[in-house]
Amino acid sequence: MSTDATGVPAFNRHGVWAIFRFEMARFFRTLLQSVLTPVITTSLYFVVFGAAIGSRFGDIDGVTYGAFIVPGLIMLSLFTESIFNASFGIHFPKYTGTIYELLSAPVSPFEIVLGYVGAAAAKSVLLGLIILATAACFVPLKVAHPFWMMAFLVLTATTFSLFGFIVGIWAKNFEQMQLIPMLIVTPLTFLGGAFYSISMLPPAWQTVTLFNPVVYLVSGFRWSFYDTADVGIAVSLAATLGFLLLCMVIVAWIFRTGYRLKN
Amino acid sequence: MTAVLSIRELSKAYAGGLQALKSVSLDIEKGEIFALLGPNGAGKTTLINIVCGIVTPTGGSATAAGHDIRREYRATRALIGLVPQELVTEGFETVWATVRFSRGLFGRPPDDAYVGRVLKDLSLWDKRNDQIMTLSGGMKRRVMIAKALAHEPAILFLDEPTAGVDVELRRDMWALVRRLRDSGVTIILTTHYIEEAEEMADRIGVIHHGELILVEDKAALMRKLGKKQLTLNLQEPMTALPPGLEGWTLSLKAGGHELEYRFDAQEEQRIPALLRKLGELGIAYKDLNTQQSSLEDIFVSLVSGGKRA
Repeated sequence: MSTDATGVPAFNRHGVWAIFRFEMARFFRTLLQSVLTPVITTSLYFVVFGAAIGSRFGDIDGVTYGAFIVPGLIMLSLFTESIFNASFGIHFPKYTGTIYELLSAPVSPFEIVLGYVGAAAAKSVLLGLIILATAACFVPLKVAHPFWMMAFLVLTATTFSLFGFIVGIWAKNFEQMQLIPMLIVTPLTFLGGAFYSISMLPPAWQTVTLFNPVVYLVSGFRWSFYDTADVGIAVSLAATLGFLLLCMVIVAWIFRTGYRLKN
Repeated sequence: MTAVLSIRELSKAYAGGLQALKSVSLDIEKGEIFALLGPNGAGKTTLINIVCGIVTPTGGSATAAGHDIRREYRATRALIGLVPQELVTEGFETVWATVRFSRGLFGRPPDDAYVGRVLKDLSLWDKRNDQIMTLSGGMKRRVMIAKALAHEPAILFLDEPTAGVDVELRRDMWALVRRLRDSGVTIILTTHYIEEAEEMADRIGVIHHGELILVEDKAALMRKLGKKQLTLNLQEPMTALPPGLEGWTLSLKAGGHELEYRFDAQEEQRIPALLRKLGELGIAYKDLNTQQSSLEDIFVSLVSGGKRA
């Protein structure tokens, strides 16, 4: 392992692993609610949209409505869970005061982010796969591009976990922390084609919808399942990576200035 | 002695305009127990937090074992352990998990034997599988010390280690601090229990309004600034001091039943002369006792008088 002039490793792998493990421990400690909640919620969506209402809809792009909403549903959970996990992970020590230890530890900002965001993203990916498995029990599923499906899953989980990390540092209290997911992310997801194809909208609204970044994420993910998309796959990928980059820049700025972390 | 911690003209002005620290310079020697005294809000915690990386200084620098605390923060922070003043813990975690976490966070590979030893040293072993939230305040304080020791630091900061701690635990902590020092750890503690500093410290620094107004060897400080007092219980009360005793700072107390001699610690050698003189004058006494001013008295006179050394 490379070391700097002081003989201390240039990468604190024990530190990153400690944070990651610590964060994952919370997930496993509350395993029942961590897993059961998304499984029940997903099942409810399928009962309501898939069977009760969905049966009255025709196929969309050759896919039954129940199957059509699976990628959107996974994305919705991915967004909310990633933001919640990451924001809670960093906000809780800020709230209790135990953040002193993190700030006084020989860990770089990159290592801190790697630990917290890595754990939050890992949890979300796990949940995404659980939801996918649940969905497979209700509707016939096919995954046309498994590699891209996983790529979008991991990328989106990482991006929104980063975003959640920012929210967790920015928020002054738990109410503020809930604000962003509730007021911005959930509406954007519902209006972003999670449950419909944007081609079903009147042309004027289709144009408006294209300003919603979530459209690109959902569309790309759905493409990896059914080979059909509202926007080009390259555009989707670029949008996802663009948002990831933006979050990275903000996180870098937070650590450079100590914004809401230190005096 | 070599300085393990070197602080040079460190200052901190908060955004609100508060000048918490005004160009403080200080050398801490390897293996000593240094007590930082000062009233609330004097800047003790700010100084510690800067060295530990929690607060960014607005001026000056500091090195630990020769490494700059900002440029080479990995090296310095790996050397330093901090027990903050506030009792903050991860309530849902077990004692074992949280101490193990601290060790990893500070870059050390897992060592369950060492963590176990720390817990035993702090009488936490029986509680290792308990959630921290179920522990008493004193036990939580021990957990925080265990966390700070988890990575085997060479320098330990104890910010008000015994605030709100009962007498028994306080004695335990003092014993622990001495054991740590004996094992080679340098200890910097802040306190406003003067008794604590007097009991433990090798050297004392007094900080007031963000300035370090005094740094002195404890014994030397006591000698230099300590007042002593000799009280003689007289056989026969006196109404006035007899002639011949003008050379001593004497006064009559308790309605003439007591003769009090106040002197600086350096003037001890004058006592036999005084007693001989009293014998010559035929002044008899049934009892005598001496008292030395405590560090607390010294501290109060320093802080209220704004005296500088």
